[in-house]
Amino acid sequence: MSNKLDSKIPAGPLAEKWTQYRSTVPLVNPANKRNLEVIVVGTGLAGASAAATLAELGYKVKAFCFQDSPRRAHSIAAQGGINAAKNYQNDGDSVYRLFYDTIKGGDYRAREGNVYRLAEVSVNIIDQCVAQGVPFAREYGGTLSNRSFGGTQVQRTFYAAGQTGQQLLLGAYSALERQVGLGNVKMYSRHEMLDVVTIEGKARGIIARNLVSGKLERHFGHAVLLCTGGYGNVFYLSTNAMGSNVTAAWKAHKKGAFFGNPCFTQIHPTCIPVSGHYQSKLTLMSESLRNDGRIWVPKQKDDKRHPNDIPEEERDYYLERRYPAFGNLVPRDIASRAAKERCDAGYGVGPSKMAVYLDFAYNLKNKYGRAEASKHGIENPDDATLIRLGREVVKEKYGNLFDMYKQITNEDPYEVPMRIYPAVHYTMGGLWVDYELMTTVPGLYALGEANFSDHGANRLGASALMQGLADGYFVIPYTVGSYLSKEIHTKPIDVNHEAFVEAEKAVQSRLDQFLNVKGTKTVESYHRELGLIMWNKCGMARSEEGLKEAIQEIRALREDFYKNVRVPGNQYEFNPELDKAGRVADFLELGELMCLDALDRNESCGGHFREEYQTEDGEALRDDEAYRYVAAWEYKGGNDWGLHKESLEYENIKIAQRSYK
Amino acid sequence: MGSEAMKITLKVWRQPNSKAEGKFETYQLDHVSPDMSFLEMFDVLNEQLIAEGGEPVAFDHDCREGICGMCSMFINGRPHGPKQAVTTCQLHMRSFKDGDTIVVEPWRAQSFPVIKDLTVDRSAFDRIIAAGGFVSVNTGNAVDANSILIPKDTADDAFAAATCIGCGACVAACKNSSAMLFVSAKVSQLALLPQGQAERENRVIAMVDQMDKEGFGSCTNTGACSAECPKEIDLSNIARMNREYVRAKLVSK
Repeated sequence: MSNKLDSKIPAGPLAEKWTQYRSTVPLVNPANKRNLEVIVVGTGLAGASAAATLAELGYKVKAFCFQDSPRRAHSIAAQGGINAAKNYQNDGDSVYRLFYDTIKGGDYRAREGNVYRLAEVSVNIIDQCVAQGVPFAREYGGTLSNRSFGGTQVQRTFYAAGQTGQQLLLGAYSALERQVGLGNVKMYSRHEMLDVVTIEGKARGIIARNLVSGKLERHFGHAVLLCTGGYGNVFYLSTNAMGSNVTAAWKAHKKGAFFGNPCFTQIHPTCIPVSGHYQSKLTLMSESLRNDGRIWVPKQKDDKRHPNDIPEEERDYYLERRYPAFGNLVPRDIASRAAKERCDAGYGVGPSKMAVYLDFAYNLKNKYGRAEASKHGIENPDDATLIRLGREVVKEKYGNLFDMYKQITNEDPYEVPMRIYPAVHYTMGGLWVDYELMTTVPGLYALGEANFSDHGANRLGASALMQGLADGYFVIPYTVGSYLSKEIHTKPIDVNHEAFVEAEKAVQSRLDQFLNVKGTKTVESYHRELGLIMWNKCGMARSEEGLKEAIQEIRALREDFYKNVRVPGNQYEFNPELDKAGRVADFLELGELMCLDALDRNESCGGHFREEYQTEDGEALRDDEAYRYVAAWEYKGGNDWGLHKESLEYENIKIAQRSYK
Repeated sequence: MGSEAMKITLKVWRQPNSKAEGKFETYQLDHVSPDMSFLEMFDVLNEQLIAEGGEPVAFDHDCREGICGMCSMFINGRPHGPKQAVTTCQLHMRSFKDGDTIVVEPWRAQSFPVIKDLTVDRSAFDRIIAAGGFVSVNTGNAVDANSILIPKDTADDAFAAATCIGCGACVAACKNSSAMLFVSAKVSQLALLPQGQAERENRVIAMVDQMDKEGFGSCTNTGACSAECPKEIDLSNIARMNREYVRAKLVSK
């Protein structure tokens, strides 16, 4: 194991580690905080909450986002909910259970210490958000409402219809804007970070490009926080926003930050299937729909009948069949693979045959229709009445999702089952960080989806929002002090320092390079091609042979990019094609590392499924002896990476074959 | 699915930057699928323009699922186009007919200056929120979430107001370029909730003052804002904001 990796997990019993840490971490006094500058890149849940909270504490904060407003960050699109171990439903939940479910859901590839802390602070998040005026769903008595998500047997998910991410982000955004108004945060919208500046090994600032004027800017910070989200767009088609990218994290990686478990990607089981070659993104249908939607395919191959004409006994509810204990609420990786298995075997539905049904008819009528009928004292209701009553309830729970589905597919999910197929959604991998969320570059931190830390090889639903806000509101405000308390004598460094000049020069020459190729192919076409390679060879199923091919194909594509790409316009104008060129160029490098990591991991675990390593009934086959580690990759220039392994020790949880049967 | 490709003529506003003069350019697209989204049609147009050595059309967009509020096209005289309760990114070409000519402009408002082509600067909205669109509660100050009981109806009303995506369609739809619907949505959300009471008066005054400072016009009471709002934010929020404002002025010390 590498001696370069120190996870800095505090000693002591699991349940006391964080309390102990918080009580002993060095503090920075208020007068010194005013002289310390922190750069926050990205304004999603992690970035906005961190920027706001650090500013509240008295630090001088500069926040950056590439969108036109911090409120646009892609956290806004999260639908289903946020987990917290409140046990408001009195159904047996606890911090330990949330911790346990998360470790198990992640297929035993996450750190105990980090995950326990996450579960601990989850309860504070809900309190904080409610205090900010986040309008979570409530019961008639005025208390908060909960629902279930995959991989758990309790109801611990808090939600605001199908737009929980929006409401949480607007809460964090308003806290951030409050600090902007008070002058404690300087906000730089339409700015993209293009490099990290390091001096004597420490992160000291960034080079950013003003996307409106096109000018490069140098910004100093005593610490730099990357809250820049995941890299799912390496697959071109994903549920990510169009602008979501790996650039900030990748620049950090090339400046010395190790990349953790890059191949761990989450393929979400319930997305609207691809409809044409022009498709620019895929749309998620929230996991919360699996509370009431039943997934099935026809028992007969290539069945051409309308789904409503296929009788009950000729339907294969394959999740309920294979996983009776969790049924339709198995974790995402399992549900996705099961859908792929059915479609590959020839049972898929819809025009492409690459889809399965998500059907609400049963619960609409029998669960909600009957409950409403009995509430209204209607005896022996007929089917029409049950459907009418049930429809109202389903509309209240999932109305916006059903509308979105109808708008995209032109089919009404109240009448016919949704057609869904897995799509790239989230990346568990990310910059390697220690317990304090610091990367291997001192003073450089990674929060939220941008880091690798809490979800192992598979993230449970409704846990991304939890982690983003945990990192930003409750973890970094403590841990950054541990570093900054030693920086109180560091005066702001002049941005004319040679390190800034050199970094800017490198960024400039890269921009020139893109503009000077003057080839014939669009940036988009390269991105699409890369996406296909990644999806086919580093997607839901991976093999040694495929991954080796993918690496060669990516290298060839990358070479072609620098010969034949066409980036129109110039640098000193609003030029979205130039912005995109930089992001795609970074994806073209990241893709190779992902394949390399997938190739190294000769086991299947969570979202990483190597065809060579599966059980007889097609479940992921882990190899705990050989691969119970975090793969942290060090960039060594060119196509060269070095692997450092952080062994995962389980002192509180007994590792077992994950079973949802 | 499998429907016939359509021929579409686009008249698109082109303007190199905020200072330059703009004009309409006409483009012809011959293979538009009805299942394409409006923005995917623009992707196709841009790929075509780049291949021909031209300049792609700059437009704002990000999530493409109707929630981030970044897309902002004024289509045939209506923000986000002809359909009710839909953002541009969720508008599909099946809402148009083969042979249609579609006119696409940026949001038109003095307070939303054009950056390039169809992209405008909406930072005025951020400044209005920074003036008072929040509850002043530092991290760590909160009490247990269930100690604040909020009747379901109140929570639902606050949520309905909070679903505003800040796209600016309301401003673009209004002949006075008024931002009243946007501002009132945030004022309403927080005025309805117990958490918002402590700053209730200061908030509405500060936000309205900032709105005026940004140069947005006065409310016309015609309701175009709400009719065109992709999230169907209700006009009654404006009435509530007016009441809140008057109340604040009367009770303020």
